[in-house]
Amino acid sequence: MQVLSVTEINEIINQVARGEGSLIAALEEIQERYGYLPPEALILASERLGVPLSQAYAVATFYNAFSLKPKGKHCLNVCMGTACHVRGSPQVLDRLETKLGIKTGETTRDRLFTLETVNCLGACALGPIVVTDGEYSGQMTPQKTDQLLRNIIRAEADR
Amino acid sequence: MNRLQSTSDFQTWQAAMAASWDETRPCLRVCDGTGCRALGSQKVLENLRAELARTNQDTPIEVVGTGCPGFCECGPLVTVYPQRISYQKVKPEDVSAIVQKTLIGGEVIQELLYTDPQTGKHIHLEPELPFYQKQKRFVLDFNGRIDPTRIEDYVALGGYTSLVKALTKLTPEQVVAEVKTSGLRGRGGAGFQAGVKWELCRKNVQKTGIGYIICNADEGDPGAFMDRSVVEGNPHLLLEGMIIGAYAIGIEQGFVYIRAEYPLAVENLRIAIRQAEEAGLLGTNILGSGFDFNLGIRLGAGAFVCGEETALMASIEGRIGEPRPRPPYPAESGLWGKPTNINNVETWANVPMIIAMSGLEYAKIGTEKSKGTKIFSVVGKINNTGLVEVPMGITLREIIYDIGGGIPNGKSFKAAQLGGPSGGCVPAEHLDVPIDYESLNALGAIMGSGGMVVTDEDTCMVDFARYFMTFIQEESCGKCVPCRVGTKAMVATLERICAGEGLPGDVDYLLEMGEHVRNNSLCGLGQTAPNSVLSSIRYFRSEYDAHIFDKTCPAKVCKGLISYSIDPEICNGCMVCLRNCTSNAISGARREVHTINPRLCTRCGVCMNVCKFDAVVVA
Repeated sequence: MQVLSVTEINEIINQVARGEGSLIAALEEIQERYGYLPPEALILASERLGVPLSQAYAVATFYNAFSLKPKGKHCLNVCMGTACHVRGSPQVLDRLETKLGIKTGETTRDRLFTLETVNCLGACALGPIVVTDGEYSGQMTPQKTDQLLRNIIRAEADR
Repeated sequence: MNRLQSTSDFQTWQAAMAASWDETRPCLRVCDGTGCRALGSQKVLENLRAELARTNQDTPIEVVGTGCPGFCECGPLVTVYPQRISYQKVKPEDVSAIVQKTLIGGEVIQELLYTDPQTGKHIHLEPELPFYQKQKRFVLDFNGRIDPTRIEDYVALGGYTSLVKALTKLTPEQVVAEVKTSGLRGRGGAGFQAGVKWELCRKNVQKTGIGYIICNADEGDPGAFMDRSVVEGNPHLLLEGMIIGAYAIGIEQGFVYIRAEYPLAVENLRIAIRQAEEAGLLGTNILGSGFDFNLGIRLGAGAFVCGEETALMASIEGRIGEPRPRPPYPAESGLWGKPTNINNVETWANVPMIIAMSGLEYAKIGTEKSKGTKIFSVVGKINNTGLVEVPMGITLREIIYDIGGGIPNGKSFKAAQLGGPSGGCVPAEHLDVPIDYESLNALGAIMGSGGMVVTDEDTCMVDFARYFMTFIQEESCGKCVPCRVGTKAMVATLERICAGEGLPGDVDYLLEMGEHVRNNSLCGLGQTAPNSVLSSIRYFRSEYDAHIFDKTCPAKVCKGLISYSIDPEICNGCMVCLRNCTSNAISGARREVHTINPRLCTRCGVCMNVCKFDAVVVA
């Protein structure tokens, strides 16, 4: 996880303010950088861009892309698009929830995994898809999901 | 490159690019779209470049990463030019064979060819693939041929000549007239006449002096990726369409609102905008014509409702994506209260073609009321998942069987869901329906943006409706009561039915509530929210009845209504299912028949998948 830096947050906001000046764009950049929106970022963005904090909070909680909670080291994102659904993504998600002992949207206590879903990645020929830290794994089954988790855990143990 | 100062500058450049374009030269074109990337096309590209560098040919052979040609099922796709030999499912380790055998030895590698499942024959050349036979590729024409990050490729094939034609030969009014004559209807779902919308907006812009155009690239329907592939594979086509539109309507500023879930499309679009600006095709005084137009990108932050135009504009303004009542329509009062014209990607992408061939010629394609072509993303239980562009009026059967290759594993077709969560399904008895706006509406489905999800006998239509309803309920912005509360009530009822706790009267309740949500919701999301449920009741009421009265799920999907057991006649006690069961529901010693404890079983189905002897049965 990234260490928070107010200077850096300010820089990001200033850069956006010089450009298109949109609150959403600023929050997107911060989310991208830290994996979540720290409370400081919301306050700084609302002050710099001249929007009420309530509006910044509304935006941060309305859109799926934003999270107010820090995420785990590895993000597992299960595609729940229609094509993935009919090809068995609910079983894949079930398996991950059971194996990790968390529900969708939660992070494991050791902060290693965050489990999320996405509505469609548009790579429907590969369904069901699980994205691990930006990497796509296609044609997933509950068994392949176990393997995926094992690989990450093994790589972590080797570090 | 130097900024082009005039249309004659452009013509000189265009002629030079066209002269240097030669598809008879040896070249390897590799699909580098999101689908093929996920299957490993980047490694294939990398290996190809390394292998070619190693073999050191006399005539250098080009390797081009292209946009998605649509045949996602068989990716990564490599096409060997000039013959256009089509290799499928290429793995990084196949690369040296492609270079050594095909490029140098002139030999076709049989194992990498597509095999026709009906005849068992290998098909050598790309144009001969059955997948492409019945398609009519206008919008997708350059996908798979050009490098989307090179404006030169697009220009070489005639790109931006429609813009030049509009600027030099047509007045803005004439451009609007051409689009009206073409009969082009919005490809985003509602199917409103694009030319009529442009004309309205133009009139209002003339009064206010300022207005905007927007491209809606917030392709939110799950299972749909037509727009992604156009933006990813041929971004300049979209830009050209928008610049022509801006000229016609009299606009100086436009926006593309695109989903952040499509990182490659965003990247290619950014590159394209920068190139067009550097070339003088965007910005101030475009090609010396005195016409100014700037284009910005706004990223969607993951909200389905932002595909609705008023919510989309609220989002661009930096607010939460809540729709507002219409009228006033965007053409009158849109972004920041100014007249605004919104079209989706595919609609804009049709514009250059209309200008190039004239509205009259364009109107000859398709049916009486639905003109042109339509791109569908055909996904789900289908052999050839992919993008297909077909003329309006083709039948559903042709798309699913002739192009899509039918249903996998010998299963039978149940229904095609068109138009995503807002759409409806078309069952087997209507397979011969012609694809046009009116015919689909009559069946309770919609053209939608082009998502086509194919289901088979193993798909439970109640579960399917529950899936869409849950999706809509989660994505409802919560502003108006019918949508916020109504969708929630419908989901709760559907969940009960799927859990085996359905009651007599539930279906009537769904029909009544669905009608209410449809008639009283504020925006398009709510007004179309119940469609998937209503249409599945219309065609598959017997499945609902089986869930409610017989407490069975005919497709054996709904967990509350099925149970797994092990056939003692077949089970040989291999312990594989036992080891794979996460809930410790299976017991039995090695070489002894296993049993499943129904109280512990979570009905995940893993035991059935792993059993090599088909001993696990579901009832």
